[in-house]
Amino acid sequence: MTYQMTVSPDFAPELIAGWYIFNTWLQKQLGEGIHLELYNDFKSQREAIRSDQVDIIYANPFDASMLIREKGFTALARPAGKQDEAVIAVKAQYPADCVEDLPPGIRLAFTDDPDVHLMGMIMLEAADLNADNTEKRVVDSYVIVAKQLIRDEADVGFFLKEAFDNLSNFTREQLKVLVESQISIIHHSLLVGPRLAAQREQIREFLLKMSADPKGVGVLESLGFQSWENVDQEDAEFMIDLMDTLG
Amino acid sequence: MKDMNLDDIVGNPREYELTFYDGSVRKVFVTKIETPYPDGKLIVSRTDKAGIITHVNRAFVEMSGFSKEELINQPHYILRHPDMPKAAYKDLWDTVEAGNKWHGYVKNLRKDGGYYLVYATVIPNIRNGEVVGYTSVRRKPSPRKMAEALALYAQMLQEEQS
Ligand SMILES: Cc1cc2nc3c(=O)[nH]c(=O)nc-3n(C[C@H](O)[C@H](O)[C@H](O)COP(=O)(O)O)c2cc1C
Repeated sequence: MTYQMTVSPDFAPELIAGWYIFNTWLQKQLGEGIHLELYNDFKSQREAIRSDQVDIIYANPFDASMLIREKGFTALARPAGKQDEAVIAVKAQYPADCVEDLPPGIRLAFTDDPDVHLMGMIMLEAADLNADNTEKRVVDSYVIVAKQLIRDEADVGFFLKEAFDNLSNFTREQLKVLVESQISIIHHSLLVGPRLAAQREQIREFLLKMSADPKGVGVLESLGFQSWENVDQEDAEFMIDLMDTLG
Repeated sequence: MKDMNLDDIVGNPREYELTFYDGSVRKVFVTKIETPYPDGKLIVSRTDKAGIITHVNRAFVEMSGFSKEELINQPHYILRHPDMPKAAYKDLWDTVEAGNKWHGYVKNLRKDGGYYLVYATVIPNIRNGEVVGYTSVRRKPSPRKMAEALALYAQMLQEEQS
């Protein structure tokens, strides 16, 4: 049978090739056919998950809860040293230096990335801002979030920190960071579904040994990190509990 | 639980005696010095089923003023501030023991006698269908809602003491 792999739609666009390379590598290790399907947004990916089409997924922490608790997925590994953090930024000239300076009625721009949205709203709560006294614009990418701020089409933008750091210097110089999250325990992870239960531990081993193998190192490079770190059942449950307290 | 140590206190303290649910009594020293909640951080701790601390993150250590070693294996009431009414914690325990999520605004006592304000969420940790402990995550509170909660607590405290 051919299995399906997918990647959380918030991955950096420049890493598309990397995920294809990773998929090819994994098929070779496992001796099984795996089709990589990339969804444009979280909504269509969730529909695929709901109708049990997905077997391997590099998942956003938000979706990991649902995959583990409702769909029988198991978390295997996460990119070492890579955490999900959010940045709240405004245009450089905007008259605010911290979230407490922001007035009600501001226009927020963000993508459909659920954990960044959650972290962003939590940081605004400290300034008595919430969904009821702000306007929202959901856009397709972090580059567009930045453009909306620069063109005064939105006042405040939420970014995945990694995506913010990857904006061009020219773009970043036109923006001002008001606050950055320092949560350090929320991260993406690679999960496998029930149809791959028998191969699960084998896949985990492949992943954890990847950085010790010259071919594996090349594949990791194309994914933008150095190694996979093990995620055991309790690590995954702890992160889900945390997401639960934030939701 | 050991009394607070005057040598640890920064500023001018008032002395209180707290009695906890397990009957133990603690002398605490309290000042009016607030440590502001750090932007962007979450304060995380976990306890066993009896409320004994099993895990704290770095932000917890920084904000409470205790070392990690001083916190692990201690009852979570080590942070109990005399301005907090007992009823708030009764509600917390009733809620999580019934398997539900609790939210609330909390004033916590630091090792140095000062305080910090948080919006806390506590959930039961369910593993294989059983509650094995609790996790609490705190964030920077909405100033408006925090002020409302503190006013309510002052009222509740008066009623508890009369
Ligand atoms: C996960 C968890 C976190 C808690 N965090 C706090 C806290 O930050 N501050 C606090 O005073 N009590 C906290 N409590 C409640 C204490 O266990 C205790 O009920 C409270 O300090 C009042 O003491 P008492 O119940 O003996 O009256 C927490 C309880 C749990 C289960």
